[in-house]
Amino acid sequence: MSEEFTRVILLFISTVLINNFVLIRFLGICPFLGVSKQVETAFSMGLATTFVMTLTGMATYLINTYILEALNLPFLQYVSFIIVIASLVQFVEMFIKKTSPVLYKALGIFLPLITTNCAILGLALLIPLNGYNFIESIVFGFSAGVGFTIAIVLMAGLRETLEFGDVPEVLKGVPITLIIAGIMAMAFMGFSGLISI
Amino acid sequence: MEPVYIYSLLSMGGLGALLAAGLGFASKTFYVERDKRIDEVEEALPGANCGACGFAGCSSFAEAVVTGEAAVDGCPVGGEEVAKKLGEIMGTDASAGERMIAQVLCNGGWKETSQPAEYRGVKSCRAANMINGGTKSCRYGCLGLGDCAAVCPFDAIVMSDNGLPVIDPEKCTGCGKCVEVCPRNIITLAPESSRNHIRCSSHDHGKVIRRICEVGCIGCGICAKVCPVDAITMEDNLAVIDYDKCVNCGLCAEKCPTNAIEFNGQRIEEIWITDKCVGCTRCAKACPVEAIEGKLKEKHEIDPEKCVKCGICYDTCKVKGAIEVKYQE
Repeated sequence: MSEEFTRVILLFISTVLINNFVLIRFLGICPFLGVSKQVETAFSMGLATTFVMTLTGMATYLINTYILEALNLPFLQYVSFIIVIASLVQFVEMFIKKTSPVLYKALGIFLPLITTNCAILGLALLIPLNGYNFIESIVFGFSAGVGFTIAIVLMAGLRETLEFGDVPEVLKGVPITLIIAGIMAMAFMGFSGLISI
Repeated sequence: MEPVYIYSLLSMGGLGALLAAGLGFASKTFYVERDKRIDEVEEALPGANCGACGFAGCSSFAEAVVTGEAAVDGCPVGGEEVAKKLGEIMGTDASAGERMIAQVLCNGGWKETSQPAEYRGVKSCRAANMINGGTKSCRYGCLGLGDCAAVCPFDAIVMSDNGLPVIDPEKCTGCGKCVEVCPRNIITLAPESSRNHIRCSSHDHGKVIRRICEVGCIGCGICAKVCPVDAITMEDNLAVIDYDKCVNCGLCAEKCPTNAIEFNGQRIEEIWITDKCVGCTRCAKACPVEAIEGKLKEKHEIDPEKCVKCGICYDTCKVKGAIEVKYQE
């Protein structure tokens, strides 16, 4: 049991820091750049994505193990995962629209765009590839979401500060954002070798 | 091998059905009640989704109307009728904005212009404009191939035999599609009540215009000088009218040496002040050429030498019958 627990903890740390979805695997760059103007919105986006990712991790494992592998239909992975992700995003959208109209407006187009966030499809496809079990799949999904949230919130914090910075005219806007993203990715590379599973 | 596609169908179908049921249930649980007026407003709109209001479509305009971001008369296609309906729904007065109608700012058809070239390409103004600019010498005027007539969703534009678009003011809704499509930008939206239109868009010098078009603006500037309210300005050899300032007196059209200005209203022949004048001095203050003289509380007089017969004093006068006009036949 304790060995299992250690594995899960290690998986969590490795997914959040060492193999961060955004900064190391370069998945989900679109919302990372699109919704990282304010810390508050970025955090909400991170939460929504984490929620979808956790559920996706769970659903993916179940579908892959009990439907696709049992019936020997691995070629349906992409199709079924996309359906699941799309439905989950729809669900989250309805939920947020009901509970927080302000947040719904702030997230705008990026909320339905979680559907096409490659980080989530990447997550779904990595689970069968890495052969995770049920618990691990959920933890993997959750930690991927946490990693995404950390990255996007850090980015938003930097960009908020940058508003007052003296940025050269040519680098204003998107260029400086991309440079920052690059530097952050390099910084996160420092985590590699921290642990290994 | 047979079961593979059966299994695929069953598993995917089942999965889809399950998720659909889940979502259906969620949409009931998380149903957000929205203002019923949004649906009512949307119902009253023309539903063409043309985007002339500046919103993405009729439904987003309806939402904006209900939240107060857009005015009830914001739909240029629906005009007064729809504005009235929306006003009823929203409980506000339908202070419908004046209807806008497309006006073609070029009068140079095949007869009036010189055409040194022949165009045999695609029958489209936009195509002709890309290839050396059609058949006419004028680089600013109508190309005569009827892109505006083709794009008009209300059949309000037909091409005349003279190769110029003719706009049916009854059918025109002022949606602005023709304005957008015209590669020469010679169509503009003007208030329905405007009577003066400068039907030329050429910035060429007068000498050039004289050679290539019988009805072009030669940039003489007479209209700008005679206009009593300074509604006409000369912009790079072209007279441009400001419909907000224009009082529709028709003086500019009368003086224009090339008939580039059209006036389809009534020109004043004679104007005089009657004994009913109470001497309020309103007309004297309003007169742009200071042709009216008179003391306070005494009858005023119009100096026929100075008067340009613009009719501003007639519109300003609050006493019924104090100023009388006789229009030209």
